[in-house]
Amino acid sequence: MPYVPPAVDDVLAAVTGRFGGLESGRFRDQTSLTVPESQSLEVLAFLKGLGFDLLIDVTCVDYLEYRGAKHRYGLVYLLTSTTTNQRLTVRVFVDDPTSPDEAGPTVRSVVPLWQAADWLEREVWDMFGIRFAGHPDLRRLVMPEEFTAHPLRKDYPLQGRGERHNFPVISRDHS
Amino acid sequence: MAIGPMTAGPMTTASSPAGGRLELPENVVVSRLDELANWCRKNSLWPMPFATACCGIELMATGASKHDLARFGAEVFRFSPRQCDLMIVAGRVVMKMLPVLQRIWQQMHEPKWCISMGACASTGGVFDTYAVVQGIDRFIPVDMYVPGCPPRPEQLIQAIIDLQDKIQAEGTITGREFDTSQRQLRKRALVEADEFLVLDAARNPNVQRSLSAAART
Repeated sequence: MPYVPPAVDDVLAAVTGRFGGLESGRFRDQTSLTVPESQSLEVLAFLKGLGFDLLIDVTCVDYLEYRGAKHRYGLVYLLTSTTTNQRLTVRVFVDDPTSPDEAGPTVRSVVPLWQAADWLEREVWDMFGIRFAGHPDLRRLVMPEEFTAHPLRKDYPLQGRGERHNFPVISRDHS
Repeated sequence: MAIGPMTAGPMTTASSPAGGRLELPENVVVSRLDELANWCRKNSLWPMPFATACCGIELMATGASKHDLARFGAEVFRFSPRQCDLMIVAGRVVMKMLPVLQRIWQQMHEPKWCISMGACASTGGVFDTYAVVQGIDRFIPVDMYVPGCPPRPEQLIQAIIDLQDKIQAEGTITGREFDTSQRQLRKRALVEADEFLVLDAARNPNVQRSLSAAART
């Protein structure tokens, strides 16, 4: 028998009592909760207060040209309670800003709640270009510092924009 | 022992500064200094293992007891480029690693050689993505390519033997034999598709056909 984590119905009831009806779904014994960006930090702080003390992962999905998608990016927070073993997926959808003046898709950082979010959010910024407001040190994590693109976006070409060819050639003449 | 053309023995004679003839005793060997230096160099290669992927496992197997690279005088792997004269690039090199590879290559002393081991180091292999360099020979000189994914230790040993032959045949004390950048460009294992079309447009029948079709319309 595969391991089935404990149900999170009590958690969903508490969140609904505090924040009103949020969209939730269930797939193969895994429960997800969709939170609007305006409430994301408050809901996540409330969930931490309910015992979700461990942040497993922060990652992102680019839904560009995805059938039926209403938003461009979907952030995924995987939470675990180390006391009750409950697990919960929190999803936050964001879009590119409509005016070109703004800096890009932005959500609020959860580093004040979980220290583990530091590098996880840096990786999402590196790969998807999503800014985390309030992050203490939002630098690239994986790609070189001088890299300019965010390569896991769906509109970035698989073979890059010539970055892999942009190096000096060392020949026998000068080595 | 193959030191190349040499003569020995009491029958050999050479001109003396005085113009007379000089008898060489039995224990004197006459050769070229280049030949002697290359014979020393090729039989004591010190590899620098630049192992980044699964080819590195085969590289370790080559140096281990079963395949015993010591039989070819190249068993002393050093992890400092200052002590090495043969760089073995085993595995894919990503664009973040390439400046490191180039710096290590420049830190090695002359004379030095480079083996590109496996499909990834030679051409990028199956990793045709934004982050992976499509062949290290675009950016550093390569003397020997080893095909395979990953190559077996026997193939790497063959490459080292071939490199030994190359050192013996071409080597000079002054290093005149090393490639110029023009030769390095010509030897490149993989040529990017659009570059290829530009270089070869005059001879490529497909390009000629599409050009004439465009001229008609």
